[in-house]
Amino acid sequence: MANSISVNLISGRTIQQGVAIESGKEKPSYRTACGIIEMDPSDLKTLGAWKNTNVKVTTDYGSVIVKVIEATQGPHPGVAFIPMGPWANSVVSNNTYSTGMPTFKGTPAKVEIAMNEPVLLGIELVQRQCGVKVG
Amino acid sequence: MTKVITDVICPFCGTLCDDVEVTVSDDGKKLLEVANACVIGTEKFLHSQSSDRVTKPRLRQEDGSWKDISYEEAADYTAKLLAKARKPLMYGWSSTNCEAQCVGNEIAEVAKACCDNTAAVCHGTTLIAVQDIGLPSCTLGEVKNRADRIIFWGCNPAHAHPRHMSRYSIFPRGFFTGKGQMSRKLVVVDPRCTDTAKMADVHLQIEQGRDYELLDAFRVALKGEWLPDVVAGIHAEKIREVADILKSGRFGIIFFGMGVTQSLSKNHNIDAAIALTKDLNEHTKYSIMPMRGHYNVTGSGEVFAWQFGFPYSVDLTRGFARYNPGDSSSIDLLLRGEIDAMFTIGSDPGAHFPISAVKQIAKVDSVCIDPHMTPTSGVSKLHVPVAFNGVETGGNCYRMDNVPIDCRKVVEPPEGMKTDLEFLTMVCDRLKKLKGVA
Repeated sequence: MANSISVNLISGRTIQQGVAIESGKEKPSYRTACGIIEMDPSDLKTLGAWKNTNVKVTTDYGSVIVKVIEATQGPHPGVAFIPMGPWANSVVSNNTYSTGMPTFKGTPAKVEIAMNEPVLLGIELVQRQCGVKVG
Repeated sequence: MTKVITDVICPFCGTLCDDVEVTVSDDGKKLLEVANACVIGTEKFLHSQSSDRVTKPRLRQEDGSWKDISYEEAADYTAKLLAKARKPLMYGWSSTNCEAQCVGNEIAEVAKACCDNTAAVCHGTTLIAVQDIGLPSCTLGEVKNRADRIIFWGCNPAHAHPRHMSRYSIFPRGFFTGKGQMSRKLVVVDPRCTDTAKMADVHLQIEQGRDYELLDAFRVALKGEWLPDVVAGIHAEKIREVADILKSGRFGIIFFGMGVTQSLSKNHNIDAAIALTKDLNEHTKYSIMPMRGHYNVTGSGEVFAWQFGFPYSVDLTRGFARYNPGDSSSIDLLLRGEIDAMFTIGSDPGAHFPISAVKQIAKVDSVCIDPHMTPTSGVSKLHVPVAFNGVETGGNCYRMDNVPIDCRKVVEPPEGMKTDLEFLTMVCDRLKKLKGVA
């Protein structure tokens, strides 16, 4: 059991993400679909986290609170997956290496348990990070 | 009495399924049921009917609240914003039709804007690779009727293009593939054991980001040359075994996705994939196709290409079209803080750009034209809701294999709501007056 674990973070589509973006990104279902990180059971064990625990994911580009779940399309030890959306994009590498394309897949990340911190809704997460005043 | 509209095009992903059936009320104002579409497509059609939909343009006030304004006021605001800006960015275009894209490009020329589409965060690197070495491709009809070797490299159609496999690539019985799935061998290359990989004859669980090495290893194996024991986590014997499967087919197709376009090496991964396709053609017939994800992103590239000469990342600030990804691409422009106005249509950079780029959008004057409430509308100064393309308005769009298809209007938009073509035309007229262009 460790306080934190290093993983290789990737992001991508899931069918739940697709349904959630079409049914309304302001809704909690978007957070349920995309405010998660999928980790291999062996990595969860190393981290000492129960399934459905909130965790903090930190990279050189930022940090975000998401809920950890067991890999649905595993096994993939050492690789962690956050569905595409504002939660993943809070921590992915923005380097385009002169191609115009950020490096959405393959960002080294640290995951630690953050049981008492909330996972924000999608629009709220972006607004807070951008400092947008909401009336 | 309800009526059923058949042969409706689904406007969610680049597969553009054309067999959807939609049941609407007698007066054509309510969409009641959707048949044949995948779960995501169904949701897209049904969400147009939601009662909490934004139906009027909204302008953000000093205190952060929204104030409803008219479409005329919204068009005035947008035209003034574009006229005033020194380097506006007009981004998106993938959830709209080619007709609206044409008007958008006219606006961009007058405003001397930078224009980009969602290829910036999906297949932009593919477009660079195609310009490097070309693309031996085909249509999805040819895949259905001929392909007996299917490779999904770094893509997961079971989740991202849910009906791709049943309509074109694995299950359908085509002219020369009469036994459907039994006629085909499926190879999946992915660092995760995805739901697509679970259906494969062979799944190569590659080390993430090592696609270039494995693609090159296949080229070496096809030439019968020496290979190291393990490449990208795959044993040499396995690579040779799969190379034999690939070259033993009559017609093969490599579909590739974000796994190669967004990992390190980027366009070079796709260079290698296209070169592998070329090498396989020395043994049998092979094609390669990007799994374009977003409804009409392919059409946007086409419209940009025929009007400006380049498929994305176009910079018109000097009065003529320049193309230099890394310099004229959206993310780089935003990260360098060069943009002083943001115009977003038919996409959601707020959710799909790295947050450091989104922070720049929030700093400048901005317009978001989108039927949904999104993180982009959440950080924009003006949100203009429009009719759903492909549901409440028709128009031309392109499938992932570059086949143009006309979308169908199946239901009326809420009363008074403009389509994006109508709103863009209003903006274009006003902008021309402001700029003194005839």
